[in-house]
Amino acid sequence: MGFEGIGASVRRREDLRFLSGRGTYTDDINRPNQTYAVILRSPHAHARIRAIDTTRARAAPGVLAVFTGADMAADKVGGLPCGWQVKNKDGSPMAEPPHPVLAVGKVRHVGDPVAVVIAETKAEARDAAERITIEWEVLPAAATIEAALQPGAPLVHDDVPGNVCYDWHLGDKAAVEAGFAKAHKVARLELVNNRLIPNAMEPRCAVGEYDPATGDYTLWTTSQNPHVIRLLMGAFVLNIPEHKLRVVAPDVGGGFGSKIYHYAEEAIVTWAAGKLKRPVKWTADRTESFMSDAHGRDHVTHAELALDEHGRFLALRVRTLANMGAYLSTFAPCVPTYLYATLLAGVYTTPAIYAEVKAVFTNTVPVDAYRGAGRPEATFLLERLVDIAALEMGMDRVEIRRRNFIPKDAFPYQTPVALQYDSGDYHRTLDEALQASGWHTFEQRRAEAARRGKLRGIGISTYIEACGIAPSAVVGSLGARAGLYEVANIRVNPTGSITVFTGTHSHGQGHETTFAQLIADRFGVPMSQVEIVHGDTAKVPFGMGTYGSRSLAVGGSAIVKASDKIIAKAKRIAAHLLEASVDDIEFKDGMFRVAGTDRAKSFAEVSLAAYVPHNYPIEELEPGLEETAFYDPKNFTFPAGCHICEVEIDPETGEVEVVNFTAVDDVGRVINPMIVEGQVQGGVAQGIGQALLETCVYDDAGQLLSGSMMDYTMPRADDLPDIRVGTAVTMCTHNPLGVKGCGEVGAIGAPPAVIGAVVDALRDWGVRHIDMPATPQKIWRIIEAGRQRRAAE
Amino acid sequence: MYDFAYHRPATVAEAVKLLAADPEAKVISGGMSLIPVLKQRLARPSALIDLGAIPDLVGIAVSATTVTIRGRTTHAAVAASAEVKRAIPALAELASHIGDPQVRNRGTIGGSIAHHDPTADYPAAVLALGATVHTSRRRIAADDFFTGLFATALEPDEIVTAVEFPIPEKAAYVKFPNPASRYAMVGVFVAKGPMGVRVAVTGAGAHGVFRHAAMEEALAKSWSPEALEGITTPAADLNNDIHASREYRAHLVGVMAKRAVAKAG
Repeated sequence: MGFEGIGASVRRREDLRFLSGRGTYTDDINRPNQTYAVILRSPHAHARIRAIDTTRARAAPGVLAVFTGADMAADKVGGLPCGWQVKNKDGSPMAEPPHPVLAVGKVRHVGDPVAVVIAETKAEARDAAERITIEWEVLPAAATIEAALQPGAPLVHDDVPGNVCYDWHLGDKAAVEAGFAKAHKVARLELVNNRLIPNAMEPRCAVGEYDPATGDYTLWTTSQNPHVIRLLMGAFVLNIPEHKLRVVAPDVGGGFGSKIYHYAEEAIVTWAAGKLKRPVKWTADRTESFMSDAHGRDHVTHAELALDEHGRFLALRVRTLANMGAYLSTFAPCVPTYLYATLLAGVYTTPAIYAEVKAVFTNTVPVDAYRGAGRPEATFLLERLVDIAALEMGMDRVEIRRRNFIPKDAFPYQTPVALQYDSGDYHRTLDEALQASGWHTFEQRRAEAARRGKLRGIGISTYIEACGIAPSAVVGSLGARAGLYEVANIRVNPTGSITVFTGTHSHGQGHETTFAQLIADRFGVPMSQVEIVHGDTAKVPFGMGTYGSRSLAVGGSAIVKASDKIIAKAKRIAAHLLEASVDDIEFKDGMFRVAGTDRAKSFAEVSLAAYVPHNYPIEELEPGLEETAFYDPKNFTFPAGCHICEVEIDPETGEVEVVNFTAVDDVGRVINPMIVEGQVQGGVAQGIGQALLETCVYDDAGQLLSGSMMDYTMPRADDLPDIRVGTAVTMCTHNPLGVKGCGEVGAIGAPPAVIGAVVDALRDWGVRHIDMPATPQKIWRIIEAGRQRRAAE
Repeated sequence: MYDFAYHRPATVAEAVKLLAADPEAKVISGGMSLIPVLKQRLARPSALIDLGAIPDLVGIAVSATTVTIRGRTTHAAVAASAEVKRAIPALAELASHIGDPQVRNRGTIGGSIAHHDPTADYPAAVLALGATVHTSRRRIAADDFFTGLFATALEPDEIVTAVEFPIPEKAAYVKFPNPASRYAMVGVFVAKGPMGVRVAVTGAGAHGVFRHAAMEEALAKSWSPEALEGITTPAADLNNDIHASREYRAHLVGVMAKRAVAKAG
């Protein structure tokens, strides 16, 4: 056994089962007497349901039941709840229209669930679903933000005038106006932040079961947060008390946000299992995933940055239109507000910021938090605007950033948009990234590429994000309807092995390794003696799950807190066994020693004494060695860093190749460097995906044109360069591990660096900005227009 | 997919007989296009006639003047064939870039050209090399074989048994893949030899693969990328989708053609 503690690049323990096909994903769960659900979905973006006839479907072979929205309403099934209420500028609450599990009266996006068929086999259910006849009254659709805001636009929800969910703002408008009044220059930018479709490797799946003997329900589901699903579905949708509902999220194959939310299918299979008294399974096919998993991003933004004559930022003004889709997904309202506008200070000392955000309903799939959520949108906007400011000022892109950085001695730093950053050193991550990327020798590479007929460009982003979500009281005051603490229960078994129950959920992050390293480090036991248990509400105390790079910062802190409780109690047991004062007991490398002596008891001896309390201070101490801790973070954490990207463009075709990518991130203390590197690489891959490849396209009628892998360009290995990953760490000051989080930094930091590089490569063609994705066609058009301009001159 | 009957004949004659007896039946070779269509329930054949048990349909034969690839030969086999690499390296290379390894190990040349997907690679080679398509009943010249989008000269009960390619002096294929699907958004195959000078374009045409007369004429005069300078491709008959407009495709035809000529040497 090598070193396994904090700082060791231990190989991921879970990978053996994943790579050898021995994982247990939800679709691997098969219950006795199981039935299969197929969901009939709307082919229309917007239509009234005049009539549904399920007679022929009910009579089809193998069919056990066909349910519609009316059946669920008759059973008093509630709508899918929204977990966050944002308020309008005037303090009134946002529009929060109902979100029925199965459509009632009308459908609002292609893929909206209309009916469910349950049969003995999936094929029979699918055959029968085709025998349902629906009389549609097809309505005009509001397929985009612009269309939804037109006067007289079709109303997605009849009682939400103008399709506006909320009109919100943050910051000091008067101070911003004063800043612009004295501006030397103003940099302006209009941009679209492209809509993304998640595409987790594992499609969503849900298996519901009802036990008539006990009245207990169980739901196995592809979720990042099973307790949240239990709470939302039990309390708001199906009226099942929590003690009668178990939610299990077993191995989950990716999510990056898309598996946070409470989805209709979870309620459908659970409810139907109760109706039929048989287990019901639903598994999405890829086509269904495209039209039913919550999408991400989709902003239209206008921003202005006021600068003084030295290039210092005076004020920032941002107006954003954000697409909510057809319904409010679980956390949708907070994404373009509290996860977005609060990040608009970035790593800069901009003294005044004012942001207005209008959220809009459209006839599209609901949009929610994905791949960084809000923070990538803020970072992209700000970093692109800073590049444009440099152009306006005739300044170097690095110099303008340095001039506006929050200095490292200014922490804690209060931004004008609510957040207080605890620590960071932005000059250092910048310097290390410049060095590692060869920034200063770039012009040689540009010239060399030019000799090969290629346009080479370099781009930079110096980003910050807020994660480690989140202090409960703070988010509560901002409209969250949940707390965002985390829980850990540590059970020391009689022979000294340790089982950790964590409320976080691993769906690719490697918690089973990282958390075991924490325990190994803390208790001086080998990792082989540690088991990490997550994802089952019957085993784990109420936890909030994994998203927002929170697992280590919040969940890991809960583990530390519970570990401290275990060690405190174990010391008292050891003191008794060693006949010493507890104050004299030291715990190191798995041994309890009387300080300054050779008298010692091992961790296993102490834990055995706790469970076989023959020689034990039973009057003053309970037997057993098991502790639970809930940790509510004091603040967000603030990973930051510098990403530098180099691209080469083929001017004949417009193709972009990412030839170099360097990331230097401050993620706080690193527990497992290999896992951090992998997380950053994965995030960067997705950031490059958004910047160059991915986009969701609806036509004017609300049909999803990018509805399969044939038309939606997920990044692939050959789209990516070797990604150079480094860390330059400052410690988080308010959690016991000093950790900040690393899951989202790649997806947040990369896109502006990539687009910056593309724009730099095209600098001779008069381009200031290119919206994502920078596809070959888009770039060719820019070059072609430039050629024609030149020819005309 | 919907239910269907499944046949696995041992000879071409038997396959043709089954096909003739059932107009709703479909031939399946590698299944790389048909199976996804079936899985999405976009087709409802009464029966599948699987060519997988007909040994006569597999193999590559190279003579002094021709390369003949039997219909059920996989892309992987063509890509790996030392004889094809020697005789028509452009053909082996084309086959090596079709789809992904799974597709290349299942997909077949006969299936590809009989399906005539407008974004498939093989039709460009067949047309540019002036190949002859051998079927269960006759021989069809490449120029007569591809008749339109997903359409060929094959009769309903006719099966591709082989494709016979004349060996060119020079040939090359260059494609610009669709970023998402990686099918050819534009693919250009150029060839010079006993077939004359021929340029075939796949991926771009609204009616499937087509020959580019203006380019052929220019290259016949001077086989060089420069000869293609200034030759445009009318955009009207080209495909238009979310990835590439007609105009962009027309432009790419020119770029890919020049690169193909340069590559052919």
